[in-house]
Amino acid sequence: MFTDEALDIVSVESQWRKSQQLAQESRGCQTRPVRTAEVEIQALLTSDNGTQTVPEDHLACQLPRDGELLPELSRLMDFLNRVEGMVIKELSTNAKSHAFDGFDVNWEDHNETVSCMHRLHHPSAQEKGLHVTSVSWSCTGSVIACAFGRVDDGDWSTEKSCVCSWNLDRRGLDPKRPDTVIDVTKPVMSLSFHPTVPSLIAGGLYSGEVVVWDTNRTQDPILAQTGLSADTHREPVYQVAWVPGSRRGEVWVLSAGSGGRVLLWTVDLDQGRLVLIAGYALVGKQVPHNSVVRKAGGSSSVGVTSLALSPWDSDTFLVGSEGGLVLKCSFSAQTLAAVSPDGESVSLRAPAQFSFSPRGGPIHSLHFSPFHRNLFVSVGTDGLAHLHSLLQADPLLSLQVSDSYVFGVRWSPTRPLLFAAATGQGLVQVFDLGRRSLRPAATLDQLTGGQPVYCLEFNPRRTDLLAVGNADGSVNIWHLSTELTEQGHRETAQLEQIANEVAE
Amino acid sequence: MAEVEETLKRIQSHKGVIGTIVVNAEGIPIRTTLDNSTTIQYAGLLHQLTMKARSTVRDIDPQNDLTFLRIRSKKHEIMVAPDKEYLLIVIQKPGE
Repeated sequence: MFTDEALDIVSVESQWRKSQQLAQESRGCQTRPVRTAEVEIQALLTSDNGTQTVPEDHLACQLPRDGELLPELSRLMDFLNRVEGMVIKELSTNAKSHAFDGFDVNWEDHNETVSCMHRLHHPSAQEKGLHVTSVSWSCTGSVIACAFGRVDDGDWSTEKSCVCSWNLDRRGLDPKRPDTVIDVTKPVMSLSFHPTVPSLIAGGLYSGEVVVWDTNRTQDPILAQTGLSADTHREPVYQVAWVPGSRRGEVWVLSAGSGGRVLLWTVDLDQGRLVLIAGYALVGKQVPHNSVVRKAGGSSSVGVTSLALSPWDSDTFLVGSEGGLVLKCSFSAQTLAAVSPDGESVSLRAPAQFSFSPRGGPIHSLHFSPFHRNLFVSVGTDGLAHLHSLLQADPLLSLQVSDSYVFGVRWSPTRPLLFAAATGQGLVQVFDLGRRSLRPAATLDQLTGGQPVYCLEFNPRRTDLLAVGNADGSVNIWHLSTELTEQGHRETAQLEQIANEVAE
Repeated sequence: MAEVEETLKRIQSHKGVIGTIVVNAEGIPIRTTLDNSTTIQYAGLLHQLTMKARSTVRDIDPQNDLTFLRIRSKKHEIMVAPDKEYLLIVIQKPGE
């Protein structure tokens, strides 16, 4: 029944596993020979240059050298011996003298009244309801230019606008017809005349572009522009200014906008372009905190609403922001800004060095005193004008300008203690710090029917003229009284005293 | 030589003095504590004015002569000590 059986070995080959050893292949590979070559070059011509400057103190003596004039030297000594006593005596009595205290000379006819000389407007801009966003006087002081744009409208606007200028010295000046009208496809937010060439105007547009116009070129007034490149601002440009460049006689354009960028451009005439040379970005977390700042900074950018250049120190500028910060900044700052690069051709730097005590709302205007290197004034939506010293965070003085917003402020170019501020109620208030009271010394009603005044500018040459730009599209030219233009006795000293009231 | 500089330094260190210039008879500055362009401007203009002032004094009374000229301005007081060969110009900021 049961038998032994030996079965053959049955091997079942795997269906899926193949013996790997069998699959063997050998491959070879050869690279092309590496070609090498050796080249030598030798310049046959060499040149060597040397230069030497003479130290300043030697220059002062291009005045005849002493050696040649020995006999004269003794005569000079005699002369000095003779006059020294008298001069020293007079110098010391003069330093103590009060003979001229309170003495003023009337060289000019006194002009007692403040009057509105011209009320300039451009009918087609007025019809569209455009505001005057910026005014600027030419370097000769005879041409006033104004920019039309919108301030009330937060919308991304593509409305057409223009830049107009009037020459006040021209006979037959027609306040309704500007001498030049430059059509612009976007609202213009800021304007500035070139410091030496009377036909050049730099402007900042709502779209973030910066343009330089030449009013002499009637066909195509655009001399140079940034276009909508990666370099330029992405948000409205609230301030443009001309700053001296690195070479003598060269001038650069500085622009600042609510995107938090401050950019420095040079005009490339061949290509009709503005070329970026340096850029600064203000970022919340890089703002120096010297006082308790209510809002945590973060990486959001600080929107620039105003900018002021120091007439004393070409490295310093002030920036006023949407958040109420006033920052002292330096052009020579080297710290890189904490922003991710966005296609800019230069790396942005963080310029802020010092932060003044923050305000409640946007800082609409800042201006450095032309008479004292540390003083500046700032105004904003809180209706106050703050007089600041660069040396301390808290204001020296705070003046109530208006119950409404204050949009512009400018120091008088002739009177150290005087400044004017433009308010949201259609008034320009002129303050005299020499007065005991903190009430305005003069109030200029712009007759706008209560509409705001956005900008004002003193004429740099004819210092008794003040231009004021209004929301109703008009520019008023005021002729100021002698009281507001003639520097009084000891005024500089009084300003010095105010500046020295820095809290210890 | 050092003596000349000493004297000028004494004047310069006086209260409120901004600048000291010595001008020769031709109106050319020979010593100064100010920068070049300011010196040239002051020297040229004040030399002319001093000559004019002197001739005015002498025209009024030929026996009289100019001894000292002081100019008071809003910002400064300019003093000119004249002589037949030189002028010493001192610019001072008057006392507060």
